[in-house]
Amino acid sequence: MKTDPDRDLADCSSGEGACAPAGDCSESSCAPRPAQCTEPDCGDDPPAGCCAIEAQGVEVYYGKKKVLTDVSFGMAPGRITAIIGPSGCGKSTFLSTLNRMSDLTIGCKVSGDIRLEGKSILGSGIDLIELRRRVGMIFQKPNPFPLSIRKNIQLPLKEMGIRNRDELEATTEKVIRDVGLWDEVSDRLNSSALALSGGQQQRLCIARAMALDPDVLLFDEPCSALDPISCSVVEELIASLRRQYTVVIVTHNMSQARRIADSVAVFWVQEGSGRIIEHGDLERVFEDPKHAIVKDYVQGGCG
Amino acid sequence: MYPSRIDQWVVWGLRFLGVASCALVGLILLFLVADSIPALRTLGDRLIHDDSWHPSEHATDGTFGMLPIVIGSLTVTLGSILIAAPLGLASAIFCHFYAPPMLAGFYRRMVELLAGIPSVVFGFWGLAVLAPMISTLLRPPGHSMLAGILVVALMILPTIALISETALAAVPRSHIAGAAALGMGRWSIIRSIVLPSARAGIFTAMILGIARAVGETMAVVMVCGNIVRVPGSVFDSVRTLTANIALEMGYSVGMHRSALFVSGLLLLFTAIALTTIIGIVEHRSKDREGGAHV
Repeated sequence: MKTDPDRDLADCSSGEGACAPAGDCSESSCAPRPAQCTEPDCGDDPPAGCCAIEAQGVEVYYGKKKVLTDVSFGMAPGRITAIIGPSGCGKSTFLSTLNRMSDLTIGCKVSGDIRLEGKSILGSGIDLIELRRRVGMIFQKPNPFPLSIRKNIQLPLKEMGIRNRDELEATTEKVIRDVGLWDEVSDRLNSSALALSGGQQQRLCIARAMALDPDVLLFDEPCSALDPISCSVVEELIASLRRQYTVVIVTHNMSQARRIADSVAVFWVQEGSGRIIEHGDLERVFEDPKHAIVKDYVQGGCG
Repeated sequence: MYPSRIDQWVVWGLRFLGVASCALVGLILLFLVADSIPALRTLGDRLIHDDSWHPSEHATDGTFGMLPIVIGSLTVTLGSILIAAPLGLASAIFCHFYAPPMLAGFYRRMVELLAGIPSVVFGFWGLAVLAPMISTLLRPPGHSMLAGILVVALMILPTIALISETALAAVPRSHIAGAAALGMGRWSIIRSIVLPSARAGIFTAMILGIARAVGETMAVVMVCGNIVRVPGSVFDSVRTLTANIALEMGYSVGMHRSALFVSGLLLLFTAIALTTIIGIVEHRSKDREGGAHV
């Protein structure tokens, strides 16, 4: 597999754990990646511990209809993985299995295995609340709660058991600054989040997810409901999350994937069910796709 | 744009029907007021201050103290809403968020059925089962305020449950998904996101429940005992405004009849007040969606 060595070095040369989620996580989750993890996208057959998330033979059924067949690939820690493909190929469905939001869809069954830092998350004994705190999700349409900006950030934190006012305020300010919203909203934290513009709402939603200090952030077409200017602001924000978080983003927009992603996975409908037909390092997939369909898709004029 | 001929017919037809139904309400109000005037003018505050309800054809012969009856109506309504509101809301929450789909469907059908049972059947059940049970288990006579409260609570429960559930269902799924994705548990989502978002609708459900409780007649006549006095406890018999009209309208004449019309007017004003409250609440909740403080 062809990779771009400069890009790898840029991301991983600065020392141990540079590719792992940064921040003050516990020793275990910050363990340096094993030396054999050479592939930036953690490869086709990755040694254990190379991927932040690893899907193995994931299949999803809605009732009797099989919507995803045998999805296997890994998402590298601290990198941005884009999932692209035409509508209805199961991209968003796959994304929702990564934090078990798929459980909320009645009749949705997921089989196969998904590992988050080596630990399976598909079992019935998994603490979903804990999982979703570690794996945040941002939706297509901004969905702030109909509460004040401050409460939007602090409500989930309080749910986590954080009661200390100073700590709540400090986290609130930090994440709102991190998403570049502070100058715009610092004087009206108590007014309704619904009064914000679409782009501001989406950044607030990202801040809200970041407040829980997750390892992984999932984005489900986060720009598709936004105007072009808001879209580019949100896109730059997502690009800036590289290294701090493992990011997985579903997008329809090929040029967006090209701008922000490190690696891509291409989903396609074959025999009535969504499959992954190619995945790997961004440049490799876009410049030298192995699959004829992918070649047409990524090099076609669309997007 | 020129409306076609058929459109003009439809518009005029609808205008006529609209005016007719408004006029009907107006006429009812007018008749109630007109027939109340003699009592209001002659009796005035005797309707409140007379110490008993022994009405007669002429103002000078009888006593016209309606206060115990008004209190009877208020207490039965208050008691039944206090029981039915938490139960109705709880059943809406259960049905919408906790029950597995099959059970939820079945449960909803049962609640709808409860809403469809004629009030006389509730009364019948209250008379044959509930009142004797209260009499033997708790305190005689059984035909009491408590029996009335329980029967009316049962009758307004489906109103509250069904309308509350509609309100819960109207909370955008994206709010709930967003909260779940932030690691909030089901109960926290309901408490912190769903209930505040749905509160206008839930409030409307409560008000409609109250309106139905105030207006309920048949079942109340059958189980409350209908003795006119201020009840000392929930085990005493009471008479409500609606029961009073139903019991006495048939034979009343003169001032007595006019006094009954006053109680009818009172009921209508209560209904108007409750409808107005619903209007205000809905209006304010729409304003809030525009983005004011929450």
